[in-house]
This record gives sequence, structure tokens and C-alpha cells, in this order.
Amino acid sequence: MGMLIKSRDWIDARFPLTKMWEEHLSKYYAPKNFNFWYFFGSLALLVLVLQIVTGIFLTMNYKPDATLAFGSVEYIMRDVEWGWLIRYMHSTGASAFFIVVYLHMFRALLYGSYKGPRELLWIFGMMIYLALMAEAFFGYLLPWGQMSYWGAQVIISLFGAIPVIGDDLSLWIRGDFVISDVTLNRFFALHVIAVPFVLAILVVVHILALHEVGSNNPDGIEIKKNKDENGIPKDGIPFHPYYSVKDIVGVVVFLMFFSFVMFFVPEGGGYFLEAPNFEPANPLKTPEHIAPVWYFTPYYAMLRAVTIDIGPLSAKFLGVIVMGAAVVILFFLPWLDRSPVKSIRYRGPLCKIMLALFVVSFFVLGWLGTQAPTDVKTMMAQVGTIVYFAFFLLMPIYTKIDSTKPVPDRITG
Amino acid sequence: MKKQLIAFLLLVAPAFVFASGNVHLDKVDIDPANQESLQRGARTFVNYCMGCHSAQYQRYNRLARDLGIEDQDVMDNLMFTGEKLGDQMTISMTPEMGKKWFGAPPPDLTLVARVRGTDWLYTYLRTFYKDDTRPFGVNNMVFDKVGMPNVLWQLQGMQKPVYKTVTDDEGHEHQVLEGVEIEQAGSQTPAEFDRTVRDLVNFLAYMGEPVKLERQSLGIKVMLFLFVFFIIAYLLKKEYWKDIH
Repeated sequence: MGMLIKSRDWIDARFPLTKMWEEHLSKYYAPKNFNFWYFFGSLALLVLVLQIVTGIFLTMNYKPDATLAFGSVEYIMRDVEWGWLIRYMHSTGASAFFIVVYLHMFRALLYGSYKGPRELLWIFGMMIYLALMAEAFFGYLLPWGQMSYWGAQVIISLFGAIPVIGDDLSLWIRGDFVISDVTLNRFFALHVIAVPFVLAILVVVHILALHEVGSNNPDGIEIKKNKDENGIPKDGIPFHPYYSVKDIVGVVVFLMFFSFVMFFVPEGGGYFLEAPNFEPANPLKTPEHIAPVWYFTPYYAMLRAVTIDIGPLSAKFLGVIVMGAAVVILFFLPWLDRSPVKSIRYRGPLCKIMLALFVVSFFVLGWLGTQAPTDVKTMMAQVGTIVYFAFFLLMPIYTKIDSTKPVPDRITG
Repeated sequence: MKKQLIAFLLLVAPAFVFASGNVHLDKVDIDPANQESLQRGARTFVNYCMGCHSAQYQRYNRLARDLGIEDQDVMDNLMFTGEKLGDQMTISMTPEMGKKWFGAPPPDLTLVARVRGTDWLYTYLRTFYKDDTRPFGVNNMVFDKVGMPNVLWQLQGMQKPVYKTVTDDEGHEHQVLEGVEIEQAGSQTPAEFDRTVRDLVNFLAYMGEPVKLERQSLGIKVMLFLFVFFIIAYLLKKEYWKDIH
């Protein structure tokens, strides 16, 4: 024991080990009333680690070459020891990452976690979401199946809709006139090095920002306003051991769902691994129905909802603008929300109705994005798009005029 | 150049679109644990399919191990052209030849069950019917204008189409394909032939994911472990949190 303490002191004299441990774990005071919605931050971190570790092992056998890529994935599934498990973990992990992140973001909407003083925390989180979308998009090309190929074809062709520079821009992204070996190779580089590196840095920054301002909670009140004589928030408890042991429970429950999918329904009903993607990419054979993976479908539905040209601007270009705006508008949430209270618990009916409508529109748009368009479905997507944007654009009004309930001084549990 | 290419792609694209539509598919009940069924399916596959279709990701020795066949029996009964036991199930027909002879190269079938689904395969293989307008004299109910001949016809016999007349909204009458019926019997009865196809589809499903049984049995162990772990983790959390109110 004495040896261990000596070693620790030796390190502490040279590196802030104990200081960091205390700052981020044993003396990081988190509100004691975290509920179900607060599991998803640590779960997102878990899935990130899972994706990086499985990704490293996949890279050892995957070949980023248009003639070999598809076969190398099957090689991993059949001939590599435990390759099938690693591959299913990675493919299930991709969808799990988005499920966890969407729930994590919804928590912020519920309890106003993006509001001051956590604006930067929210923006870093949004940047993680953007990086995650890029990571998923690049990664989806790598198995080199039909849906990989044609999905990438559709998304990259969207850049072609931008006036003047569009054609050259999409050519520059592909590195070729069609999606080809060149595209695959660069997407591989971006997927395994560039974007994960950015993601890791952003996650560190996100956590640093969180630990600087402190966690929000279901009551949406600042626990730092009520401290005891030692400067410790009265409603706070050290993250470790309290939330470390609690998060283990969350991790186990999450792993139950994750394992169920991975071991019993790895294709996720055709949503996690799509059937056409078990056929090698064929530039001459367009799949009957091209749809992005489920986590992009709400935005895809908004893209297709725009059907009219305005002057020289094509419907396709306007759709791209709408789709981009749907993501970008999330960045402005801290300034769109004018409510004097953070948590949904103390907000009035207007805020609750708008949030409910937003959630419904997101699900409906997500479903529509998986469907082949019909007149009725396009109209539904248009309504969904309007509701989606109304949630944000009307927010400065409805959050201001909505009634509120009195916010307690101390957390209520 | 680029515009021409895109125009070309758009022009030819519809010709290569999957043919499926909304045809009714017969349900097939397959069992990946039934090794006898898989063995019969493997024999049908090698004898009737592998003339034109490869299974290039499937190895003979893996097949032997998973289907409970002795290596020597695989070499004697399923391998005809001097392959080695560890080889993948490739064929000597090149895609170029296939394209020349059939209009499109016969696809590799290792993963076909994951692309099409087992019900589709089961229905497809049983619904070829006589159509003299087609190069091989047959058409198919779920894959209209398919380029493949009915290779199982000696077993199944020859089927003829049955049409029904429907009247559309504008009062015009159309002949619509309703089903097929046996015109000339084959060497198997319809029930025997259904079993042959079911075994073949079972084998195709096995090839699509040879690890399926292992995956599920490992899954049960993992779920049991997680359940025990959950109890311990929950009690640990409760113990730590008993002072927090």
C-alpha cells in the first residue's frame, strides 16, 4: 500500500493525476436527482469506445478497394475469428449511437439543458452530432453494397444542386465522375482517421465544458446557488462513486438491448443492415428504392418535401437548403428559447404541446423518409417539415407568452 | 462526358431495376438446425445451381463442418472439378460468358437469401411457367422476364399460366396472371418438389449467414450473464445510494 501511495505522489509531482481525478470524478458534484434521461451521456461515451475498438479490429481485415471491399467484409463475417461478432457490434453500434444521441438531445430539450450558462456545451454537442453524421455517412460506403453505393450517389449528387459550383463540388468530393474506387479510398481515410479524431477532441471539449458549468437537472435549477460551508452544493453528490455505480446499471440494461439486437436480430428488421446491401455495388443496376439509413430519414423526408422551384432556384436545391437548415437551426436553440424557466416541469401548456408536436413530426418524417414518395406522403412530409420548423421559429414567441409555474429553490427529486 | 454518362445511367437504370412488385409470396418454414434438410439442399444446389451460379464466399470445408458431412463425402459427392477442400465454391463460367449467354451474368448466390428473403426464393423457384415469347421458353411469377431457365423442370414438370379477366375503372378488360398449374408432371410430386425447394432455400439461408446458430446460442449465454450482472449492479447501486435522499 505504501508503495502505491508513493507511486501516486511521484506521479502527482509530475502530472495532475489526483487533481484530474477529483475535478472530474470524485469531487465533481452532480445534482442528486438525475433520472432515466441522464443515462444517455455516459452511454454515448460507451458506444464511442465500442465503435473505436471494433473499428480498429475491422480495419485489420477490411480492404478499402472497390474490387475487394465487399468480399473482405464477407471474409470478416466467415473466416476471421470472431469477425462476425466484431462486425455486428460495429453495425449495431452505429444505429445504437444515434438512438443514444437522439435520446441525449431530447433530454436537453425536456429540461432546457441548452439554456444559459450551457450554450457552449450545447454547441459542442451539436458539433459532435454533425461529426457523427459525417462519420456514419462515410462509414456506410465502406461495405460497398448496393445501398452503400447508391445512397452515397444520391447524397453526393445533392451538392450538384448548388448553383454555379455544384457540379465541380460534387466532382471534387467524389474524386471521379461517379462513385468509384477513388471515392471509397478517401471515405475510408475520413472514416477511420479524420472524423474519429475530430469526434474524440469534441467529446473531450464537451465534457470539459460540462464540468466547468456543472450539470443541469430535471428541475432545471442551478445547484451551485446553494452551497454548504465547505463550498459543496447542498443538492450535489460526487459523480464517483454515486453516478459511476448508477451508470453501471444503465450500461448493463443498455447492453441487454444491444446484445438482443446483435445476437438475435442483427439486421434490425432491415433498418440497421439493409437487404440490398448484401449485394455488391453495381453502378449499372439502380435499386428499386433508395433510402438512407433510418437515422438520416427525417432530413431526407424534408429534402423531398420541397417540390416547387422558386425563380432560378431548383426544388432540389431548395430541398438541400431546407435539409441543411433543419440541422443548423438546432445550434440556435439557446437563443430561440426565451422562457424564464428551463425545465418542462415548470413550463406551461404551450411549450409542452410544441415539444410533443416536434417529437411527432420527427418520427413521422423519419418514417416517411424510408418510404417511396406518393402524393399523400409528400404532403405529409410538407406538413411535418412545417411543424418541425415551427417548433424552432415560433419558439421566441411561445416560450415568452407561455405561463410558468414557480421554480423551487432546491431540487425536488 | 459526365453529362453523357449520367444520361446513359438514367436511360439504362430502369432495365436493371429489381423485378419484384407486390406479388403474393408463399411462406417457407426453414430450420437452420435441420442438418439433413441442409444436406439435401446442398446436393440440389451443387447439382442444379452451380452450373451457372457460384457461392464464392462459402468454403467446402466450412460446409462440411457445419452440415455434419465427412470431408471425404464432400469431396466425393459435392466437388467435381478437382478443387481443394478449403477452396471457395467458385465456378468456371466467367461473368462475361454469363452475360453473353443469359443477358446478365448469373449472380453469386452466397448472400442471395439475405438480399431477397427466403419467402421470395421459395416462391420464385416454384413459379416458373411456360411462355414461348421468352428465350428459354419460361417466365416467372415473381420475377417477370427473368433471364434464367427453369433448371428444376425435370423435377417439377412444366407449369402453364392461369389468367383471370379483370375490368379496370374505365371498363376495359385485362388478362391478369393469377397463378400457375402443372401441365406436364415431373419426376417429383408437387409435395416432394415443395420439399426439395424448401431444403434448397434452407441451404441458401445457411450460406447467407453460416454463423447464425452459433450467434444465437452465444446470445443466450450473454443475455443470461447480463441478467446476473444486472442484479449485482443494481444491488451495488442501492447500497451506495441508501444515504441519499
